[in-house]
Amino acid sequence: MGRRVLVTGADTYWGGRMIQALEADAEIDVLVGLGTSAPAVTFERAEFVRADQTYSILNRIVHATQVDTVLHTFMIVDSAGAPARTIHEVNVIGTMNLLAAAGAPSSPVHQVVVKSSSLVYGSTERDPATFTEETPRAHAPRSVVERSLVEAEGMVRDFAEDNPSMLVATLRFADTLGSDIVTSISKNLSRPMCPSVFGFDPLVQFVEEDDVVRALEFVTQHRLAGTYNVAGDGRLPWSDVAAICGTRLLPLPPIHPSFAVAPLVLLGIFDFPPELEALLRYGRGMDTSRLVAAGFEYHCSSASAVQRFARSLHQRKSPRRRSAGDVCERNVEQLFRHSRSVACTSDRDVSAGRAPPPRP
Amino acid sequence: MPQGPEPTRSGQRDSGRSDVDEWGRSERVRALARRIYGPVYSRWFRTEWEGLDKIPDAGGALLVGNHAGAIPNDAPVIMHGIETELGRPVYGLADYFFRSIPVIGTLWSRAGGVSARPDNAYRLLRDQGQLALVFPEGTKGPSKPYSDRYQLRRFGRGGFVEIAMRAGVPVVPIAIVGSEETMPVLWQVPRIARALGMPYFPVTANVLVMGPIGAIVPFPAKLRLRVLEPVTFDVEVDQDRYPKSKVMEESERIRQTMQAALYDMLSHRHSIWFG
Repeated sequence: MGRRVLVTGADTYWGGRMIQALEADAEIDVLVGLGTSAPAVTFERAEFVRADQTYSILNRIVHATQVDTVLHTFMIVDSAGAPARTIHEVNVIGTMNLLAAAGAPSSPVHQVVVKSSSLVYGSTERDPATFTEETPRAHAPRSVVERSLVEAEGMVRDFAEDNPSMLVATLRFADTLGSDIVTSISKNLSRPMCPSVFGFDPLVQFVEEDDVVRALEFVTQHRLAGTYNVAGDGRLPWSDVAAICGTRLLPLPPIHPSFAVAPLVLLGIFDFPPELEALLRYGRGMDTSRLVAAGFEYHCSSASAVQRFARSLHQRKSPRRRSAGDVCERNVEQLFRHSRSVACTSDRDVSAGRAPPPRP
Repeated sequence: MPQGPEPTRSGQRDSGRSDVDEWGRSERVRALARRIYGPVYSRWFRTEWEGLDKIPDAGGALLVGNHAGAIPNDAPVIMHGIETELGRPVYGLADYFFRSIPVIGTLWSRAGGVSARPDNAYRLLRDQGQLALVFPEGTKGPSKPYSDRYQLRRFGRGGFVEIAMRAGVPVVPIAIVGSEETMPVLWQVPRIARALGMPYFPVTANVLVMGPIGAIVPFPAKLRLRVLEPVTFDVEVDQDRYPKSKVMEESERIRQTMQAALYDMLSHRHSIWFG
């Protein structure tokens, strides 16, 4: 019997990517995507279910679909643009309801994979240069997003303890760069000027977006449990990152840089969430040997992730590329596949030919 | 758009631009620091070593020294000496306070400074087999008055012994004579230290003799360093905790060996300036 997988955050970038990746997995029979709004990407065979952001109806969905694996990608790890309340609702309450549904009596779920972030370690002068999965957090979280992630991970830990037969994996991802993902950091790096804190040149570590998808897939397929750091090999100074991306550093005063930068943030010139300020002072590095020992192979180091991003930046900026065409094409595909107005069935077959099983 | 379709500079490179390792140390910055510090090391302080061969050529070792002088010169002298004589990098462990100072924190890190956290020391010594330098007296060493010169302070809580035990590396004690006279502390101004958030704020003889420039310029005392017999511990490595009695006993024994070596070196010293 094949596996039945539920992916949360199906309407977000990561949920969409994960569903697309898992759709190619022949071992997975049923794939259910859960999201709060219509997904941005088209799914070949996954079913999409719309839910509120705290997943309060999840219990019934889990029961009805009899999923054995839950892939929780819906965690906000970038506080720019997200109000504090939303971050709390999504990360803390969403995770709570998800775990409640997965751990309910007679729940069919065997495995839970949680996409977390290296933000749970924080970044201060007191922290070690390299965090292992066992490094305890040395100080109370200061930003809303960190606090919510620490709280969510605490619930995941309790859940794993209360359900010893359940495979619970938490993946802590470094800051992500790639050709498609948009984060505060990638937005800053794509502009002519990018913030730094005067007198600090921290070492930062990145993970390439495809490696994020591959790591989540790896843990799901190999049924791993435990906590894993996920980051590309090596670290580079922030000044190098900026130089590779072809942007100039604008040093902010080291005392209260967020006040100095506030007008620029309002004007949309910079993105400067509180967790970025800490990173731009002290950086963050992770030991990734545990996941490598489990058999995972990275395609990209930190430096090559930055370089790939820089190349895609160059392509994005070049005037020829337009994404509007893709959107039109997608709409036409949709029409061919699902619309009753399509009279000629051969067109429907041609377009559906790429999907492994035809829709019922 | 000012940026336009101009090619990114990454095209010509295959990896990052600088040679910074995971600790923030840059060999290029070290080479520059050695060029600048070279004359200070050999002309100003006329540094001389004894027993350099006792420092292992390979594998991890925890170097411990006595810490003295308002702005201690012992750390750069030991790092410079071992790097030029043995060709091995030395990571200097120091208070995390340095990391939070703009510019200085970054330079300190590029020059081989690492904050003295047990996790950092363990990773350096056990996982990477590097040389790490630590001053177990901490700020109590350089802040002590000149009248207490060469009187070793308490060696913290013996954390350095515990880390060496866990990492399974020897402790190599280094006794330094002359450092106390490079920048003697006459008295302390705790109020200014508190206001500036610094661990201590001394008034040094250098400032009285040389004026403001004396705040950073040391006296040209002759520096002699003696590497003592490496200390190994007969305990299981990689334990979470070691008996405090054992740790404190070893720590105290190392402190006494160093104190004895200091007295011996001082008794053979004829002049502060010529050794």
